Amino acid sequence: MLKMNVVAAKASTFNPSGAGTRQVDDPVKLSSDFFEIFSIPVAWQVERSHLDAMYRKLQQEFHPDRYASKGAVEKRLAVQTASLINQAYDTLKSPLKRAQYLLELKQIDASQESHITSDGAFLMEQIELREALSEAPDAADPFAALDGLRSGVESAYSQQQMDFQAEYQCDNYDDALNSVAKMQFSAKLLYEIEQLEADLEDQ
Amino acid sequence: MALLQISEPGHSPQPHQRKHAVGIDLGTTNSLVATVRSGMAEVLTDEQGRELLPSVAHYTADGVSCVGYEAAEHNVSDPLNTLASVKRLMGRGLADVKTFGDQLPYEFAADDGGMPKIKTVAGLVSPIQVSAEILRKLAGRAEISFGSMLDGAVITVPAYFDDAQRQATKDAATLAGIKVLRLLNEPTAAAIAYGLDQAEAEVQDGAEATHQERVIAIYDLGGGTFDVSILRLSKGVFEVLATGGDSALGGDDFDHAIANWLRVQVGMDEDLNPIEQRILLETAKSAKEELTDSEHVELEILDWKGTLTRTLMHSLIDGLIDKTLRACKRSLRDAGLEKLDISNIILVGGSTRTPRVGEKVAELFGKQPLCSLDPDKVVAMGAALQAEVLVGNKSGDDMLLLDVIPLSLGIETMGGLIEKIIHRNTTIPVAKAQEFTTFKDGQTAMAIHILQGERELATDCRSLSRFELRGIPPMVAGAAKIRVAYQVDADGLLSVSARELTSNVEARIEVRPSYGIGEEEITSMLQDSFSHARDDMQARALREQQVEADRMIEDLLAAIYKDGDALLSDDERRCLKVAIQELREVRESTIEHRVLARQIESVAKASEEFAARRMDASIKSALAGHSLDEIDKG
Repeated sequence: MLKMNVVAAKASTFNPSGAGTRQVDDPVKLSSDFFEIFSIPVAWQVERSHLDAMYRKLQQEFHPDRYASKGAVEKRLAVQTASLINQAYDTLKSPLKRAQYLLELKQIDASQESHITSDGAFLMEQIELREALSEAPDAADPFAALDGLRSGVESAYSQQQMDFQAEYQCDNYDDALNSVAKMQFSAKLLYEIEQLEADLEDQ
Repeated sequence: MALLQISEPGHSPQPHQRKHAVGIDLGTTNSLVATVRSGMAEVLTDEQGRELLPSVAHYTADGVSCVGYEAAEHNVSDPLNTLASVKRLMGRGLADVKTFGDQLPYEFAADDGGMPKIKTVAGLVSPIQVSAEILRKLAGRAEISFGSMLDGAVITVPAYFDDAQRQATKDAATLAGIKVLRLLNEPTAAAIAYGLDQAEAEVQDGAEATHQERVIAIYDLGGGTFDVSILRLSKGVFEVLATGGDSALGGDDFDHAIANWLRVQVGMDEDLNPIEQRILLETAKSAKEELTDSEHVELEILDWKGTLTRTLMHSLIDGLIDKTLRACKRSLRDAGLEKLDISNIILVGGSTRTPRVGEKVAELFGKQPLCSLDPDKVVAMGAALQAEVLVGNKSGDDMLLLDVIPLSLGIETMGGLIEKIIHRNTTIPVAKAQEFTTFKDGQTAMAIHILQGERELATDCRSLSRFELRGIPPMVAGAAKIRVAYQVDADGLLSVSARELTSNVEARIEVRPSYGIGEEEITSMLQDSFSHARDDMQARALREQQVEADRMIEDLLAAIYKDGDALLSDDERRCLKVAIQELREVRESTIEHRVLARQIESVAKASEEFAARRMDASIKSALAGHSLDEIDKG
């Protein structure tokens, strides 16, 4: 029974230029960034239908099922390559992850939660939104309360995305980073609204 | 066009030889085996023409006496040695098993390693061994039908099975001597069998069907497990968007609910002996089945007589069905969809024969579910279709399955919390890494505790494995950088490695579930199960390694021929040739499978870089030559 311990890596994919030392456990060393893998330009705008179509095309070719009758080395590589394609797809289809990745490509680390916006008014607003969230279950109609909260956060989220796009396009990375930090707040809040709604429904 | 499929001129692959592959549905109550003949999936029958095999094994002092129908006959007379429903115990710890204690009549004991086993007259028996007996019986059925050995099998598992349960299933197959081509999720298998991906998308309520794409929900209620999967289908691609369920909820629970009602009616107390338990269960089961067609059923147990109406039965089981409906809603939410987005619902699993189930599902989705294929057979049939592709009989160009992990994978952090590394419903295969650090000055070791589940506290999640990273050079707290990397393969199985980045100290583990059986134990069980144990095992292992070595040599030579000029320096090419030559020599000379395995592994290492470069190059060219328009039309 041949057992394989394979580990693919985040580090190499976040160093798309190939800079930095190669980890011994990073056998898939791609010289392409995620955008290149999907043959689309490095930009904020991503057309989802193209992305989906190419994702399927790539997996048609590299999914481990295509290598089921191959040798161990190729099977292992297929698992790693397909993992990478999945990661690339996952990154590019999510507005937040795509924004973070665009900054990573500029050697700016935007993935840390520790990066907090210094916009005081924004932070105050976040505190209020969180309070509203924690009070929602006690509202007369909790679902309506959550819906109201959600549409507010959603519109803020899309504004933040537009801000990011504008800032990124004119190479204003400091502000872009700030917008990403705000997007993180919104994405997290939207997720928590969903969770709360699911919990309420289950009760 | 598949990537590394290349053959040197004059070195053509072996002439086409049809391989024998099957799909196996290893069920809680019944199991089936199916294969593809003339393009159609068909379930294989036993000598009496029966398709189902009851998932039951009967043990006597000498060991297994019989499996299937024959074994099930001992249900009432010898309940303690008639092992049924063991799927519920696969990959479970003793604590989990005890909570099922009320429902299963067996006596459990922990072996030396703390693994739960069932006490029988033949000694302690692991649920994995019982599953292996069932698999062996089914494989035997297939081999009689083929008149030759089996080349491989796709074995289905509930989509909601966690890592430990999947690993236990794979171990059972290993024990039965079956080559597993893939573990396939049951709802996905059902979707394949229905072939809805090929059907024209319906135009609904005047809405335009712009894409040949549809979203379906598979509702799969088996004897002991419940799954729901939401899939997006587009010509040949089955993309699972979300999956949910309960790996300890099934039609058996309907029986138990009814049996419990019966017990109260009859006036028995809760402390039943195994035979009484069986009688109540069998009566409950047949009452449930009769109520499929009639409004009420007359029952008789000992000197008690009574009536169970359909309405009353509904009140007993509705709570259980509602639980499944909540899981459906959650999966829809996870998929980011509304009920209206679902164009078809498919019912799978024997327990969906209870009409109440279909009624309530239709009510939830506002649509009548499909059940044109036999809900007992559909999973095995889908698995057979996938096996046919994976074994290489059929070009898989038109079928691709993109499945997800059902439960988040994480790591225990300070304070007994879980930090999720891979979230549920992430498409597999997937690899993710996260960095952690030490919390004490001079800390030289770190315990890595791998968990699976959605809850916040580590104690509420399933513990998959623990290992330690040792030899971290002493540093101040927070200075060490420990990168923990998770890799989930296409079977949904996890391996983990941990590395301290500043010193490069490393530990890695193939996750062997805390509650599974060890590799050595599998080997020793395997040896016990062969009559000429050791020699057979050795010969078989050597043969497997030789096949692997031959394939590796052939693949590598072909790759060097094709891409060597572009991707290798002269030095690198020379090194590879030397490695290949060494492998050839070892392959010819050794009779020790371990020696050959080591040599193969070293060539694998030596050629890894080359393989990675080729993969890289082919990703770059994969989409070249396909214009965007062409891909959109797909």
